[in-house]
Amino acid sequence: MQQIVIDPVTRIEGHAKISIQLDDAGQVADCRFHVTEFRGFEKFCEGRSFREMPAITARICGICPVSHLLASAKTGDALLAVEIPEAAVRLRRIMHFGQLIQSHALSFFHLSSPDLLLGFDSDPNERNVMGLIAAHPELTRSGIRLRRFGQEVIQILGSRKIHSGWGVPGGVKTPLSAEGREAILGMIPEAMQIAIRTMDLYKHTLDRFHEEARFFGSFPSLFMGMVTPSGGLEHYDGKLRIIDATGALVADQLEPARYQDYIGEAVETWSYLKSPYYKPIGYPGGMYRVGPLARLNVATHCGTPLADAELAEFRQLGRPVVLSSFHYHYARLIEILFCLEKMTELLEHPDILDENVRAIARRNRFEAVGALEAPRGTLFHHYKVRDGGLVTWVNMVIATGQNNLPMNRAILQIARHYVKGDTLPEGMLNRVESGIRAFDPCLSCSTHAQGRIPLQIELYGADGRLCDRVERP
Amino acid sequence: MSVKTLMINGQMVSASEDQTLLDVLRENGIELPTLCHLDGLTPIGACRLCLVELAGSNKLHPACMTRITEGMEVTTHSERLVKYRRMILELLFAERNHFCSICVINGQCDLQQMGYDVGMDHVRFEYQCPAVEVDASHERFIMDHNRCVLCTRCVRVCHEMEGAHTRDVMGRGGSSRIITDLNQLWGKSGSCTGCGKCVQVCPTGALFEKGRSAAEVVKQRDFLVYIKTAREKHLWIQ
Repeated sequence: MQQIVIDPVTRIEGHAKISIQLDDAGQVADCRFHVTEFRGFEKFCEGRSFREMPAITARICGICPVSHLLASAKTGDALLAVEIPEAAVRLRRIMHFGQLIQSHALSFFHLSSPDLLLGFDSDPNERNVMGLIAAHPELTRSGIRLRRFGQEVIQILGSRKIHSGWGVPGGVKTPLSAEGREAILGMIPEAMQIAIRTMDLYKHTLDRFHEEARFFGSFPSLFMGMVTPSGGLEHYDGKLRIIDATGALVADQLEPARYQDYIGEAVETWSYLKSPYYKPIGYPGGMYRVGPLARLNVATHCGTPLADAELAEFRQLGRPVVLSSFHYHYARLIEILFCLEKMTELLEHPDILDENVRAIARRNRFEAVGALEAPRGTLFHHYKVRDGGLVTWVNMVIATGQNNLPMNRAILQIARHYVKGDTLPEGMLNRVESGIRAFDPCLSCSTHAQGRIPLQIELYGADGRLCDRVERP
Repeated sequence: MSVKTLMINGQMVSASEDQTLLDVLRENGIELPTLCHLDGLTPIGACRLCLVELAGSNKLHPACMTRITEGMEVTTHSERLVKYRRMILELLFAERNHFCSICVINGQCDLQQMGYDVGMDHVRFEYQCPAVEVDASHERFIMDHNRCVLCTRCVRVCHEMEGAHTRDVMGRGGSSRIITDLNQLWGKSGSCTGCGKCVQVCPTGALFEKGRSAAEVVKQRDFLVYIKTAREKHLWIQ
């Protein structure tokens, strides 16, 4: 038995490694994705006031702090048992769309485009965002500008780009100013232009990736995502829908607050990441995917003209369900369009500048769940509090965790296809990493852009002999 | 009232003899950090941040507790004093659990501002990370001992201004705690009038109004001097 270890996995958000087990014949026997960082938020939040939880949990991540901020604020709304002002809901949605756009832009342009546009086998010294800027300056700059747009939206609403504490139980801290509204509306045309141009470019290059689309995590699984009452694409507040690999409805209009009835969380000794599964089917058969691909698979429509047109084209990739995890990239681009269209719609609402953005109330419940669709998939926050509003118990089901089983399945499929024998071509290992990147896992609040992190892969024989070694400069 | 002349950092200064050295320094535009001191409350010289050097004395003297004398020679920012001030702040940060980024008073906190003022970019001492309780039993206020620096402003304002003496200090050294009545939950206190003065004078996020989230607390302290002056001049009786 031989083992290959990729440690750390680069160009993802957080710290992880991949281990590939080879059998005596040099064939891939197993492949695992290990999350090697430990955070402990669920434990050290105990004893804090639930009103502090949005700001505390936003610190879980520097890429998607808004998702935690708003999921936590929604949990707070439920603890207060209030209906928050409509303007606050609209403003939260706008900030959430800003978050989705900047996170998707980061994943597509900064982290994955080096593989997609420079090639999986290109020189690893160039295969990063700096190499990309040299080869495709205009496209890379526009990607950076698109991400900036999302961040600017967050800043205009919440005073800062990262770790804003703007979302609070009961609503939001401050209303949108007229200048802020004009500023966002003024930036949307350029962002839309970038999104459309990137979409066209990506569709033209898609033909080059037939093989990747076949082997980058293309397998049957369940898909879960939030939908509107009519089954449309939803990111902020809806019910959950689960479909199977044939497109058949497994469950619909599930109440997110009752997630424990249908989602179980398995723990494996080899990873700090839990492995959620769909309870009625059991572990590990109840594997399901979340995130942009899952959301587009479960939704019957987007509800905006440009995104709906793109969705119709996207569906051609696999009927009735797009099964390849490689198409997470495509799904992200469609969601960016959707977010821009929806954001415009919300900003043009006559009451968007309403100053009543916060419901004042005391704690009226002792337990609550808040859920939304984070960039990487469904996110649940679940708190129990005691008198005085101090938290006694926290459970957070993170999107990336729900993709844990599928990510392991995907890299096993990729390794089986590309890894053979006891030598390690660098491009082959990059494909295994890319399988993970397609899911855009967010493992902590740190990013590892540029591929500059030293990467060592060592291949050992059954007798402990070092067979091969690859080192990334 | 007689006038005294003294030297501050080599500059000759005149002041009234009933003034403290801290008053004189501030009058002359020399800022010293203070945590326990608050205009309107009796000074106690507890935080040691306003220590100064006096010519002819080996000791360091808290400016808030020092009466001026004729010919006094004062140094306020020697290398030793700057080093000690930073060290005192580092020890305060290391003693309990101070996390500015998620604190209710982030951006408005006296302790945080002093950290910036003295250039405290890191803490050299081992964080004690004690398990400290949060008392959220009061209907309107929260006492978070994690953020308490034991300045006793709350103890003094409750005794001197409100006259309730609900608060006091229990224990010694690092295990000292601000207590309510005879160490019971704030919400169970029979003496607390719920006036909220303690909340307003607290220099950190240790005392705050319920319902506040991160960076939402702004303390209002002007009332102290107003009440004190009115009381001394019998303004309400007229």
